[in-house]
Amino acid sequence: MVTTTTTEPGRTGRAEKPQRKRDDTRLALLFILPALIGFLVFMVWPTLRGIYLSFTRFNLLTPPEFNGLDNYIRMAQDPVFWNSMRVTVYYVVVNIALQTVVALIIAVMMQRLTRRTWLRGIVLAPYLVSNVVAAMVFLWILDYQLGIGNTLIAAIGLDRIPFLSSDTWVIPTIALINVWRHVGYTALLIFAGLQTIPETMYEAGRMDGASEPRMFRSITVPLLRPVLALVLIITVVGSFQVFDTVAITTRGGPVDSSRVLQYYIYDVAFGRFQFGYASAMSVALLIVLVVITFIQYRVTRADTSDLN
Amino acid sequence: MAIDTAPPATTVGPTPPARTVDPPEPKKFSFGRALAWLFMILVILASLFPFYWMLRTALSSNNALYAGSDDLLPVQPSWGGFQRVFGLQTGQEAIDAGGAGQPINFWRYLFNSVVVSTLVTAGQVFFSAMAAYAFARLQWKNREKWFAFFLAGLMIPAIFTLLPNFVLIKQLGLVDTLLGIALPSMLMTPFAVFFLRQFFLGISKEVEEAALIDGASKVRVFFRLILPMSTAPIATLAILTYISTWNEYFWALMVSYTDRSRVLTVALGVFKSQTPQTGPDWSGLMAATLVAALPMLLLFMVFAKRIVNSIGFSGIK
Repeated sequence: MVTTTTTEPGRTGRAEKPQRKRDDTRLALLFILPALIGFLVFMVWPTLRGIYLSFTRFNLLTPPEFNGLDNYIRMAQDPVFWNSMRVTVYYVVVNIALQTVVALIIAVMMQRLTRRTWLRGIVLAPYLVSNVVAAMVFLWILDYQLGIGNTLIAAIGLDRIPFLSSDTWVIPTIALINVWRHVGYTALLIFAGLQTIPETMYEAGRMDGASEPRMFRSITVPLLRPVLALVLIITVVGSFQVFDTVAITTRGGPVDSSRVLQYYIYDVAFGRFQFGYASAMSVALLIVLVVITFIQYRVTRADTSDLN
Repeated sequence: MAIDTAPPATTVGPTPPARTVDPPEPKKFSFGRALAWLFMILVILASLFPFYWMLRTALSSNNALYAGSDDLLPVQPSWGGFQRVFGLQTGQEAIDAGGAGQPINFWRYLFNSVVVSTLVTAGQVFFSAMAAYAFARLQWKNREKWFAFFLAGLMIPAIFTLLPNFVLIKQLGLVDTLLGIALPSMLMTPFAVFFLRQFFLGISKEVEEAALIDGASKVRVFFRLILPMSTAPIATLAILTYISTWNEYFWALMVSYTDRSRVLTVALGVFKSQTPQTGPDWSGLMAATLVAALPMLLLFMVFAKRIVNSIGFSGIK
């Protein structure tokens, strides 16, 4: 956008106090109006409505019918729901553990080896494609018969692994696919956090004869804690919402071994048109997320820094 | 949520002492460094290999993949996979080559993806910038309270609003339309408002006041001064929004039922489900996957530096 506005260069910054006290209420309302509508209509209202729908019987065609706690009672007794919860938590633990450790190592290596943009660009590249694309390519790479992954495994004399078709492998495999896509992004977040640690700390450490691993333990980790805590909060919340990869690769199978909560909710809503029950499970997921975020926030003391 | 994003330095005001971006790298060889580089090379390979494998498979003849599964180069090189994606093969040819034999409408999906991503990006960035300006610079009652209210939106996981939003879009009669896919994120996201407000706060007030004394209105100041001064963060935000909208799958899957509104991610899922269950058309699938990923990879190549450097800065997403 080209502007023709010019501010005279000679003018000193010391502006006289404006004569009248400014009140921009009307203009401000105009300025926030579109965003406010978007916020109220597509965030606040759906949140309230989602909670309301969880207390109803609703098939989308006839108006919702209040049915009290029925959905929640059903949820408590639904073994598929509890299985989904268990599968989701298992996925989150594997996904986050793997992703955070690898991302941390990548970030520290980048910090110590080279801070060139090209390297960060390559590491970030998988993040630029959609979950669907990532799922498709790994579906092929990990194919039991033809995938290059299994071809290599067979070549070194091991048994082929039914990555996406056995109930023991399916969740770790889906976690791995999502680690591939997200680890670079997470590493760059941590890398940005590393930049805030003053170089003088390491110089002091070196002066005292500390080794690299020692400095990592005693300088990097403690000073990185607030950043790591925020990264964990963001990634854990994101990880709980896993859907795309499951929808493309396994559709919840084999049997229910990869039926993560979000996929089950989708299935109940759009496969069986039970929007009331689906909403109740969404509320359950919301509560889980709020509680976990709160606990993480407290445990990791994300809002305080050890620097200074 | 307290986020540690220092307001970006503006061009006005004393420049802070430049931080050395690249401290001199110790060049001496050590076992540890060699090991570290080895690890980084593995990371690079793991990041890039799947992209190569898409290309290699897409350029292979599908029927030859069975015999040449360990060949690192395209097996019996052929454009067949891409031809099936672009509907250049007749149904029978496609079936003979191992495809589904159903025409797919790639250009239509590409068009849909471009429309949705453009609508969302343009709307979201512009309206969020307006709101951010009101929160950063205009004087009005309860400004901080409203801002806190907006920020609380960051706490609502996107996933929770999807079902009720679908019900709303259905009531509005927008199911299976591009507008229906775009609308919920076209007006704002709390993150965009927060991100831009942070930047606007860093712009020197003096420049603005000078323009006001010259008789410019606040509206004019916003359009002629604030927006042009903020092209860098606005461009960054726009690129990130464009990419994440392009890659969105779940919401688009809910709203679109037919080719009329299918975006690339959804179409790719449909294409996958149409391929023969026994002996899938892998070269066709990988050609489609590559073609779906390509626009964002090209965008990335153009803006790599900006995108890479924006991460961390916007450390909450």
